[in-house]
Amino acid sequence: MLTVRPHSLDEALDALAAHPAATLLAGGTDLMVQVNYQGRRPEVVVALRRVPELQQMDDGFIGAGVTWSRLTSAPWPGLAQAARTVGSPQIRAMGTLGGNLGTASPAGDGLPFLAAVEARLEVASRAGGTRSLPWDEFLIGPKRTSLRPGELILGVHLPGAMPEVQEFAKVGARNAMVISIASACLVRSPDGMVRIALGSVGPTPLRAPRAEAMISAEKRPSPAAVAEFGRLVAEEVRPIDDHRSTAAYRRHAAGVIARRLLERALA
Amino acid sequence: MTPIRLVVNGTEHLLEVEGPVSLLSLLRERLGLSGAKNACRQGECGSCTVLLDGEPVCSCLVMATDADGAEIVTVEGLAGPDGSLHPVQRALHDHGAVQCGYCTTGIVMSAVHLLERNPTPTAEEVKEALAGNLCRCTGYGAIVRALAAPERAADGEAP
Amino acid sequence: MTTRLDAPIAVRGGVGTSVPRPDGIPKLQGTFAYSGDLHHENMLWGATVRSPHPRARIVSIDIAPALALPGVQAVLLASDIPGNARFGQKEQDQPILADGEVNFWGEPIAVVAAETLPQARRAAAALVVAYEPLKPLTDMEEAARRGEAFRTLQVVNGDQSLRGEVAIEGYYEVGIQDQAMLGTESGLAVPDGEGGVDLHISTQWMHVDHRQIVDSLGLRPEQVRLHLAGIGGAFGAREDLTLQIHLCLLALHTGRPVKMVYDRAESFAGHVHRHPARMWYRHEADRQGNLVRVEARIILDGGAYEETSGAVIANAAYFSVGPYRCPSVEVDAVAVRTNNPPAGAMRGFGANQVCFAHEAQMDRLAAALGLDPIDLRLRNALGHGDRLPTSGQEITGSLPTAEVIRSAAALPLPDEGPSDDPRRLPGGVGLTTPPGAVRRGVGFAVGIKNIFFSEGFDDYAEARAVLTPAGLEVHTAAAEVGQGMVTVLAQIARSATGIENVEVVFDHTGQIGSAGSTSASRQTQMAGGACLEACRGLRAKALERGGGDRLDDAGVWSEGRLVASLEDLLAAGPLEHHTRFRHAPTEPPNATGQGNLHAGFCVAAHRAVVDVDPELGLVRVVRVDTAQDVGRALNPQSVLGQIEGGIMQGVGLAVMEELLVDRGVVRNASFTDYLIPTILDAPDVEAVIIEEPEPGGPFGAKGFAELPAISSTPAVVAAIRAATGRDLNRVPVRPQDIAGV
Repeated sequence: MLTVRPHSLDEALDALAAHPAATLLAGGTDLMVQVNYQGRRPEVVVALRRVPELQQMDDGFIGAGVTWSRLTSAPWPGLAQAARTVGSPQIRAMGTLGGNLGTASPAGDGLPFLAAVEARLEVASRAGGTRSLPWDEFLIGPKRTSLRPGELILGVHLPGAMPEVQEFAKVGARNAMVISIASACLVRSPDGMVRIALGSVGPTPLRAPRAEAMISAEKRPSPAAVAEFGRLVAEEVRPIDDHRSTAAYRRHAAGVIARRLLERALA
Repeated sequence: MTPIRLVVNGTEHLLEVEGPVSLLSLLRERLGLSGAKNACRQGECGSCTVLLDGEPVCSCLVMATDADGAEIVTVEGLAGPDGSLHPVQRALHDHGAVQCGYCTTGIVMSAVHLLERNPTPTAEEVKEALAGNLCRCTGYGAIVRALAAPERAADGEAP
Repeated sequence: MTTRLDAPIAVRGGVGTSVPRPDGIPKLQGTFAYSGDLHHENMLWGATVRSPHPRARIVSIDIAPALALPGVQAVLLASDIPGNARFGQKEQDQPILADGEVNFWGEPIAVVAAETLPQARRAAAALVVAYEPLKPLTDMEEAARRGEAFRTLQVVNGDQSLRGEVAIEGYYEVGIQDQAMLGTESGLAVPDGEGGVDLHISTQWMHVDHRQIVDSLGLRPEQVRLHLAGIGGAFGAREDLTLQIHLCLLALHTGRPVKMVYDRAESFAGHVHRHPARMWYRHEADRQGNLVRVEARIILDGGAYEETSGAVIANAAYFSVGPYRCPSVEVDAVAVRTNNPPAGAMRGFGANQVCFAHEAQMDRLAAALGLDPIDLRLRNALGHGDRLPTSGQEITGSLPTAEVIRSAAALPLPDEGPSDDPRRLPGGVGLTTPPGAVRRGVGFAVGIKNIFFSEGFDDYAEARAVLTPAGLEVHTAAAEVGQGMVTVLAQIARSATGIENVEVVFDHTGQIGSAGSTSASRQTQMAGGACLEACRGLRAKALERGGGDRLDDAGVWSEGRLVASLEDLLAAGPLEHHTRFRHAPTEPPNATGQGNLHAGFCVAAHRAVVDVDPELGLVRVVRVDTAQDVGRALNPQSVLGQIEGGIMQGVGLAVMEELLVDRGVVRNASFTDYLIPTILDAPDVEAVIIEEPEPGGPFGAKGFAELPAISSTPAVVAAIRAATGRDLNRVPVRPQDIAGV
């Protein structure tokens, strides 16, 4: 196994150009579980944690290498709330936002925020240069992304005008270190526009456009409208049964946390 | 074979590493430091916790080749020059917070990290900092009593 | 038999003080040698090949691809077992390695040894096994209908024609809990070059392992020696054999030391779990709340092999009514055989399942009668002089049921409601639940457990007290699994002799006889009782040899003068006393489960306070308070540690722990998806220790440490019912059960 440890973005892109099928290693919290339990044996590993360009967090850009630990004090409340729920302090010290995106689990804790604020990903390779694409063109299925061979994720761009009100919730079967059964991030702008994205209730993070449209039209939503919002969200999600929970419960929970996040946003 | 250099408990080691072996394996099998334990190899239990560049990590999830250049502190690195206990270890011992002890070294490392940053944590702060360390024997009560600051008892949670 | 209630000799570090554990410092510093840390020059690593099918015929096994891999030194099958190819504590019904068929998912088929662990794992994966999958039997009721039973028993006590004025029927289920001890299975077997082997092992009972190993290897008993290695918890998972025989086979076959360590997924597959249960109950009472009749039908799923199912179903049957008087009882109980993973011992051993059921029944009965649930329990509370309602045995020892109920009930309830701190709300930092969405509930439950083995089992424990120039050694084969036996034995020895400098030495099986199992809440009274007897005998010999009336670290004193130092005493030769300690005898049951089947009982009450988010079904267990019968607290800090640890396991069964088995296959064999409580899930605990001395216990102490895991579960569920109005007849309670979706 070859390990390349670039100290700059240029070195990283060169390494990937030389080894387009290389395994990207950021915090290792997903990759090493595969190594330890699924016998994954990469031939080439490009380790990214020494690349300073990936560590930036400012002006609406979050580098792919920024750890959850740093994100718990990020200036975006929706993301900071999500970061606090990731794994454990040990996981947060190593795991990164870029890793969360690269793994693309439907339960990824950072993904609902990115979907709700409509973040754009920046990816790069020597061959293709830098590409910018919306989150939903990157996350294309459960554990599937559109990242091309030789590419790495540089980071995410958050829109210039970010909704100030951002709320996140994650439902799990115990109070720490838990894979979400349902999660959601809701943002609301001063003009009343609401966006909500949900995790663990579909193959990728899901938005709820009908619910969003309904509630965004309400300048001062009534309790009935808030309840209707929750109901519509519950209709729009596409959960499955698995060993962690049932589709019926996930649908129910999605509706409940959607309604509660809106209540928090309106408070 | 990949050469790596790491400093473990203040001692520099130059090693050749093959494959995606974990830092935990390296510590236990190559360096004879068996204080970090393997109870899950998935980052779900914290028994393998060490400090990497000052941060608590699950060493089972650190690829050894990626630990090149890192400063690692394991439980073996906490002893005083005369082998004496670190204050965290003394507190856990005095409060009866060790039963089978398999989780203990991981808890010690997480607690050392916490108390270096927050010398007088409330019980809830202790709990959030140790949320990644499972214990099956103690029910955590003695651990919290050992680590929470008695003078913070009025801050919403009795230790 | 000497009396146990003699006052302890005044000495520092004796009974009743919270002496710190002697192995605490090595554990804290990382130098304590767990079985997984052992190393031997020239050692090989072992790995196991396991069945992916819950039931199948083995058509063929091709070991050549494994043997061809680099570093591989051995690949062993059932045909390589020299002696008895089956093992088991009671019935030797379980293949050491599967022969011709497999009967549970994960059943071992072959073991390999190689120079490195990765090589061993690759070799195990390289074995080619052809299976013909067969239809597994996985439904316990179907198994019962088919008569696939390890043991069936009927318990009938009292006038069967009695009927109450009020009757409550209920159906209850308990899912599969796993012990999930942090130290996985591990050991090191070292051949002695003369055909024998030394096994360094984590286990709960070295001698019962030894018997089975000798049997399977076809060796003489003295050729196999088991040495207790450092143990990372047990809770019942180490009562039955896992890798012991495999290690010895590989070591003897290769002529080299062999080490094996299970990883977490394999640990879930490789040891027994708690029996899942289905229970049908009928409680009848008069209008004042006196229990008149209890009928119960209990099925426990024992999985593919018997292990200890016969004893677990007996426990369930005998404690199916709980610690209450009842003049008419009829219980039908069966432990069935299926192709599910084998079930066996876990803290509580059958009492947990029925306690969940009988406490739910008592609450429902109270509601139907319009009585306070605590008053109902007090009214029927079983105590010294009463008869166990199932077996009819008179309770001649201590059983302060009414006192534990009153003490637990009297503890103040928290006066502050749900806080703003998300860490103290249901859902935690997941921010799911505003304080306004929380409903608080309080629940109460009482549980009873036997101490020791039962039904006529000849149980004993050996100990040897040895005087040394520096003090005293206590030799035992008792397994220290983390519970603090190593601390308490020294305390007993001090209080029995007056010598402060005491070392507890764990002998191997060739050096001392059995101490019995570290289980069944028995070891404090058995190893402790043996230690007490041995030390008293040693003290008597020392006083006689020295010609005095008092003994301490300086030596023997006569009327205030030191007349002989310890060295003086030993100049005449070794000074030691060996004992084999037995508890009061028990007898086997008659055809209807009657008899003096048990030699001791303990009781505890738990009161749980939970905050529930009824809409999402999330629970935060705020407090579990308890009153616990311990006879005498030999080490108060240790007692509290057992209580808090047991409560946490009881809470785990109540709200989050379940091994999910789908058509015989385990779906969540990992800590990612088998959830045990984290520190953020831990309730606050206040414990009242009730000390009503037990005549059979060292200085009055009794075993107690299963109970914290027994009635804590129904207390938590009762609290959730109170908070939500939901019936909740199953544990673990899942969010969807509370939310009703």
